Amino acid sequence: MLEYRIDRRSGVATYLQIVQQTKQALRMGVLEPGDRLPTAREVVEATAINPNTVLKAYRELEREGLVEARRGLGTFVRATLGAAPATSPLRGELADWARRARETGLTRDDVAALFTSVLDEHFEGDDT
Amino acid sequence: MSETAIEALGLAKRYGRGRGWALRDCSFALPAGRVCALVGPNGAGKSTLLALAAGLLRPTQGVVRGPARTDLAYVAQDKPLHPQLTVADTLTMGRELNPGRWDGEIAARIVETLDPGARVRRLSGGQRTRVALALALGKRPELLLLDEPMADLDPLARHELMGALMADTAERGTTVVVSSHILTELEGACDHLLLLDGGRIRLDGAIDDLLAAHTLVTGPVEDLAPHTVVESRTTGRQLTALVRNEGGPVEGPWQTTSPSLEELLLAHLRASKTADRTPEGASA
Repeated sequence: MLEYRIDRRSGVATYLQIVQQTKQALRMGVLEPGDRLPTAREVVEATAINPNTVLKAYRELEREGLVEARRGLGTFVRATLGAAPATSPLRGELADWARRARETGLTRDDVAALFTSVLDEHFEGDDT
Repeated sequence: MSETAIEALGLAKRYGRGRGWALRDCSFALPAGRVCALVGPNGAGKSTLLALAAGLLRPTQGVVRGPARTDLAYVAQDKPLHPQLTVADTLTMGRELNPGRWDGEIAARIVETLDPGARVRRLSGGQRTRVALALALGKRPELLLLDEPMADLDPLARHELMGALMADTAERGTTVVVSSHILTELEGACDHLLLLDGGRIRLDGAIDDLLAAHTLVTGPVEDLAPHTVVESRTTGRQLTALVRNEGGPVEGPWQTTSPSLEELLLAHLRASKTADRTPEGASA
């Protein structure tokens, strides 16, 4: 059973933390199609968050087609999430870019900030 | 969900003629199924409001409408229990006082770490809190009123009890009003907010709506008109202000973010402090 870790100081909305951790579990193969997500009651008993927050996260996952609610039974995984494979040409280009960034004297933090700002620009408004 | 669990209209309380108002002009309607944080500084009127809601105090003015006595549970700040009874006796009493509706299972789960034979007077403050909450939840109330319930609990016990409380609301849709002067105790668990200060309601609404209705603005010191500024501070050349999103998005040389719940509360509390210093009539 998936266990959610809620970080109240992270600045990330609690329901989004649940969405993100569920997606991470899908990417890592911890959750597979047919698996049941913990019930709202189970999640809130362990995390002391509001039940509506869990339901909001599950609705969001359902809207994205990743899970489905079956009345009286629970919420079940429908799909997996594939990450970009390690052999993808995109990864090679990014590695090449990171090497050049380092050669120009940028620190790890500089690169992370740059990458994040480009991500924000190109994926603005998208779901995480 | 549009059903109202508890509603106040022009509610006011004064403890004696020569004394000031503990609570005044208090009107709100709390939808059923909400978990409401009742927050505000010490002396804001939180305990008075809860005791009025529980029907233990008579209002000086106005009315409060809620479920019948038998359908609500109230845990006062001092957690009155019979000191001579044991933990097990106390739960037996709970069962006998609430025939036909007592949930022994949930009550037992909340006190499972305690010795059933221990007398209440020998228990620590935190252990007494557990017994009082077990009595309240065992009653299976429609409305649960908790006055500073977590004050004498360690962080682990606080987390466990909040978890038990949330599990109960998930299962039965209980409406909860829980007071605290420490916001972090309640953040995450509550979806509704009542902010009291100086006996008046300063903020009331679903937390998501309240957050979405405000913007935190930082940047150069310039006039923010036409936006309604709740509170602003200037440090050197930097302006920090909380504005209401009434006239559309804030445009200008400022950086805008969504406030955290804490930022929202602090700004409103500072603003109400300033308002109280201005003459009567100019405030509110």
